[in-house]
Amino acid sequence: MKFELLGVSGVLAAALLLAACEGVLPQKEEEKPAEVVDKSAQTSAQSTSGSASQSTAPSTAALPSSQGFQGHPLDNPEGFLAQRVIYFDFDSDRIRQADRPVLEAHAEYLASDANASVTLEGHADERGSREYNVGLGERRAAAVRRVLTLLGTSDGHVRTVSYGEERPAALGHDESAWSQNRRVELHYDR
Amino acid sequence: MKRVKSLIWVLGLVVGWFVPAVVLAQMVITIDKSPVSAEPIAIVPFAWRGPSSVAPEGLDVIIATDLANSGRFAPLDRLPAAPSKESDIRWEDWKRLQIPNIVIGSFVQKTPSGPGARYEVEFHLFDVLKRERIIAERDVVRHGDLRKAAHQVADKIYEALTGERGAFATRIAYVTETSDLSGARTYALSIADSDGFNAFPVLQSQFPIMSPAWSRDGRRLAYVSFEGNRPAIFAQDLSAGTRKKVTSFPGINGAPAWSPDDSRLAVTLSKDGNPEIYTVHLASGILRRVTQNLAIDTEPAWAPDGRSLVFTSDRGGQPQLYRIPVDGGRAQRITLQGTYNARAAFTPNGKHIAMVHGDRGVYRIGLLELATGELEVLTSSRLDESPTVSPNGRMILYATTTGSEATLAAVAIDGSVRQRIGLDESRVRDPAWSPFLR
Repeated sequence: MKFELLGVSGVLAAALLLAACEGVLPQKEEEKPAEVVDKSAQTSAQSTSGSASQSTAPSTAALPSSQGFQGHPLDNPEGFLAQRVIYFDFDSDRIRQADRPVLEAHAEYLASDANASVTLEGHADERGSREYNVGLGERRAAAVRRVLTLLGTSDGHVRTVSYGEERPAALGHDESAWSQNRRVELHYDR
Repeated sequence: MKRVKSLIWVLGLVVGWFVPAVVLAQMVITIDKSPVSAEPIAIVPFAWRGPSSVAPEGLDVIIATDLANSGRFAPLDRLPAAPSKESDIRWEDWKRLQIPNIVIGSFVQKTPSGPGARYEVEFHLFDVLKRERIIAERDVVRHGDLRKAAHQVADKIYEALTGERGAFATRIAYVTETSDLSGARTYALSIADSDGFNAFPVLQSQFPIMSPAWSRDGRRLAYVSFEGNRPAIFAQDLSAGTRKKVTSFPGINGAPAWSPDDSRLAVTLSKDGNPEIYTVHLASGILRRVTQNLAIDTEPAWAPDGRSLVFTSDRGGQPQLYRIPVDGGRAQRITLQGTYNARAAFTPNGKHIAMVHGDRGVYRIGLLELATGELEVLTSSRLDESPTVSPNGRMILYATTTGSEATLAAVAIDGSVRQRIGLDESRVRDPAWSPFLR
C-alpha cells in the first residue's frame, strides 16, 4: 500500500493561520500563596531564613494548627480536603458512603471562604456512545453538586462541566482503567 | 474564574490546498475479511505518457482499491496482458479467467511538470463476453486533483456495473488525539479522502473536540469544542476557514445534526436541567425544544423527510432509540432488542438505522430495519461506536479499538466486507462521512 506524506506537491502558502493567545496545558498549575511556612517553629521559636541575604530578618514562628499544617487548606496534602476525585460504579451516579466525609470537608471549606469557587468535572468510562457518556458525566457532577448543596454550599460557588469519555485518567480497555475514569474531579479556581 | 487560555488554531482550507507544516501519518486500509460474493474485474494499469518514466499516481491502484473496498468487486491481481487500446484487447485472455469486465485507460501529461501540470485521463470499461464498450470518458485533470479523478472513475465504473451511485469521491471527517512527550494532549479535527489519503486538519486544540457533522451541501462542519473548558457547538465553513458559534449555553452543548435542508441543527442542551433535544434555526438563532423528559435525551438524527428525529434516551432505564416528531410530541421507542442502543445514523433512503448496540458488555454496530424491526449485528469487535453511513448507503464507517489502538473501520451494509483504517500514531475516533461532493 502506498504511503503519502502531506508535503507531496509544491505547496501553496498555508491559508489563514490564526494563532490565538498563549496556551496553558489542561493540567492547571496551582499558584502557591505567599505565606511564611515554617514547620520547625513548633520546636523552636527561632528560625533562620534559608537564603543568604537577610541574616538580620526577624524570625517567624507560625501558630500551630490543629492538623499541624500551616498554609492554605487547599495545599494540605493530608486530610479529606486533599481528595479531589470521587469515583462511581458502572452506569451509576450514586455517591459512595466512604466519600461523604470528603464532600463534607469540601463543603466546609467552601463555606469558610466567600471567594472560593470550584468546578466539578464529570467523566465516564469509554464504553458505549460518546455523547450519551457526556450525559452520564454530567449526571455524576450533578450528584456531587447536590450533596454539596445539601451540606450548605451555595450555587454561586460551584460550576459543573462534563467531559464524558473525552478526558480519561487511565488509558486501558479493562475494568481497572474504566473504574478510574468513572469520576468527578473537584478543581478549585485559584 | 480561573483563567485558562486555550490554544486553538483554525486552519483555513481552500479546496486543493495543502498545509505543508502539518505532518500526518498516512491512513492505512487493511482488509480483514474477504468478500465471498465479490465480482471479479480487471483494472489494467493506464498507459502512461509523460516526461518522467513513472506516472505521478497509480490511477489503476486507486480505482482497484476503491472497488475492492466496496465489497462488491475483486480486482484481479496478476494480469495476463496490459492492453491500452481496444484494438489491443485479446478477449480470450480475459474470458478464460472468467473476468466479466475489464477497464483500460491512458494517462497523458499535457503541460510541463509541476503543481500546475495538467493531464489527460481516459478510461474505457468493457463487457468481456459481449466484447462491447459499456462506458468511456476522457477528462483533463490538474495535478492536485489526480486522486480525486481516479475516485471519480471508480464511481462511474461502480455505477455502470451495479446501478448504484458510487461514493468513492467523497470525504471523511474525524477527530484525532495525540500526546506529546510530556503527556500533554492535542486534539485535531481532520478531513481526508474516503480512502484515508490527503488528510489535513481544519481545527487543532488543546481541548477535546467531538461529534463532527457535515452539512448536506458538504461545505460546513458542525462540531463540539471544549475550548475554554466548556462545550460549545460551532459551524465551520470549510473553504473560508471561518466559523460561527451556534450554541454556548450553560451545561451540555452537544451532538449537532443538520436538517435535510441545512437550515437547522438539532442539538443536545442541558441548560434547562438535564440533556434534552432542541432545534436551532441557524439564520435566526431561534431555539425550539423537542423533548421533555428527566432522562438523558441526546444524539438526535434527522429522518430523511425532515419530519421526525430519532434520538438516544434512557427514559426507560437504559439507552434506547426513540422517534419523535420534530416539533415535539410523543416519543416512541424503536429499538426493542438489546439492553443498550444509542447513536442512531439513518441510511439515505431512510429504511435502516445504524447504531451502537450493546449486549452484555460488548458494544458493536447494529443495523435496524425500520419496516420489520429486525436488528442485525454487523461487527464482531467489542468497543465499537460512532457509526456513519456513506452517502450511497453502501458502507458504514465507525470507530473501534483494536488491541490498544483507537482506529476507524468500515463495514459493508450487508456485512460482506470489513476494513480497518488507522493512523499510526494518533488515537482516531468520531468519524463522519461527507455527502456526495461536487
